[in-house]
Amino acid sequence: MYWRCFVGVLTREMLKFWQQRTRLLSALVRPLLWLFVFAAGFRSSLGLSMTEPYESYILYEEYIVPGLAAMIVLFNSMQSSLSMVYDREMGSMKVLLLSPVPRPFLLGSKLIANTLVSAIQVYIFFAFALLLDVRLSALGYVYALPVIALLSLFLGSLGLLLANYIKQLENFAGVMNFVIFPLFFLSSALYPLWKMREASEWLYQICAFNPFSSGVELLRFALYEKLEHNALAVVLCLSAITFIFAVRSFRPKASKGRFS
Amino acid sequence: MLLGPNGAGKSTLFALITGLQKLTQGSITFDGASLSQSRTSIMAKMGVVFQQSTLDIDLSVKQNLSYFASLHGISTTSALSHIQGLLDELDLTTKLNTKIRNLNGGHRRRVELARCLIHKPSLLLLDEPTVGLDIESRHLILRVVQALAHSQNVSVLWATHLFEEVKHNNNLIVLSKGRVLAHDKCEALLAKYHQQDIEHLWQHLMQEGS
Repeated sequence: MYWRCFVGVLTREMLKFWQQRTRLLSALVRPLLWLFVFAAGFRSSLGLSMTEPYESYILYEEYIVPGLAAMIVLFNSMQSSLSMVYDREMGSMKVLLLSPVPRPFLLGSKLIANTLVSAIQVYIFFAFALLLDVRLSALGYVYALPVIALLSLFLGSLGLLLANYIKQLENFAGVMNFVIFPLFFLSSALYPLWKMREASEWLYQICAFNPFSSGVELLRFALYEKLEHNALAVVLCLSAITFIFAVRSFRPKASKGRFS
Repeated sequence: MLLGPNGAGKSTLFALITGLQKLTQGSITFDGASLSQSRTSIMAKMGVVFQQSTLDIDLSVKQNLSYFASLHGISTTSALSHIQGLLDELDLTTKLNTKIRNLNGGHRRRVELARCLIHKPSLLLLDEPTVGLDIESRHLILRVVQALAHSQNVSVLWATHLFEEVKHNNNLIVLSKGRVLAHDKCEALLAKYHQQDIEHLWQHLMQEGS
């Protein structure tokens, strides 16, 4: 029963993903613009010193590839939670919630489906990065997969949590401004944190505290066949915490005095 | 039959029975099992059609049925074979590959009815299933549900605000502002309150209740 249920949730998500092929396109256009345009422009003006996990000096486009891959996971996870808000508005969420399978399993299945969609997008992005000669080791690409899964679980759970508190689809624009952009720009995705420290100590502290930075660094290290223990601990803990809170937020709530 | 005007609490009652909303007091039991303790096993025996459509309009009829079946641990093949007769009767067999967004309201409602029977429920909860439908769809749904109740011994809780949907041999619950005003066989209530039809019975209970 559980396996069928999991396959059902996965199939639905893949069908929706296939139907929304523009979603794949937009998910790729965004990081590719950063990579091909932004990185090309900043290549000469942004000097990068040799820091872990890099063993030699690298070009800026190589630096931002892990950050942009994490950005794909971030946007896809939020898009997935947007679809939950849409499902709730359209009523189809009830079908999921009335399944005789426990809700943690259903939400977990949805997150795994989200992970699969994210991973497909990220690996297509890695293929495009090859055009700029950003070539990583085969093992690095393999090691990146569990990190993408973990990051998807964390950001997907965060998205589910947000979806529960967003009452209307229109309010989702606020998520872009108050969640996605701060998480992304105040992280090590686009610039190393030491560079941020040169500009402002307090900005550096915010970026270092941002859990998305941990996700980016975990992915960066994995792509170079290394493990960043602190980042792993942060992402693991936050994944567990956000998932528990996301499941709790889907518990039935009492009526507020309305009868219909 | 659950009869009540808009705002009487019919949909809230459905949300409580299905566990979508939390009970603040009292308890709901089904077949001797408490909903709060045995939600999953109770859900497996319950088929629900909500007032608002719960179909995924971007998917086809078959994909919607298949998704629902998988959420109940049933394969698409056995789900479709189980409801094949019903699909024929509801004129859905030729529409299996049609997207829901391309179906009219009547056919959408028929899909929801067929879908809620996939897992062979013993209780059907239908929240105003005929509202907004054309006469043909309305009669068809009424006929199919009555046949199910008689031939397959399925219990049905049918919420409505339409007097003409209540038959004299129905078990009737009259609900208003979250309170049960009367509950008995319809003919017994008519006799008890000396009323000639449901509409007059309704008006009488409303006056008495206020």
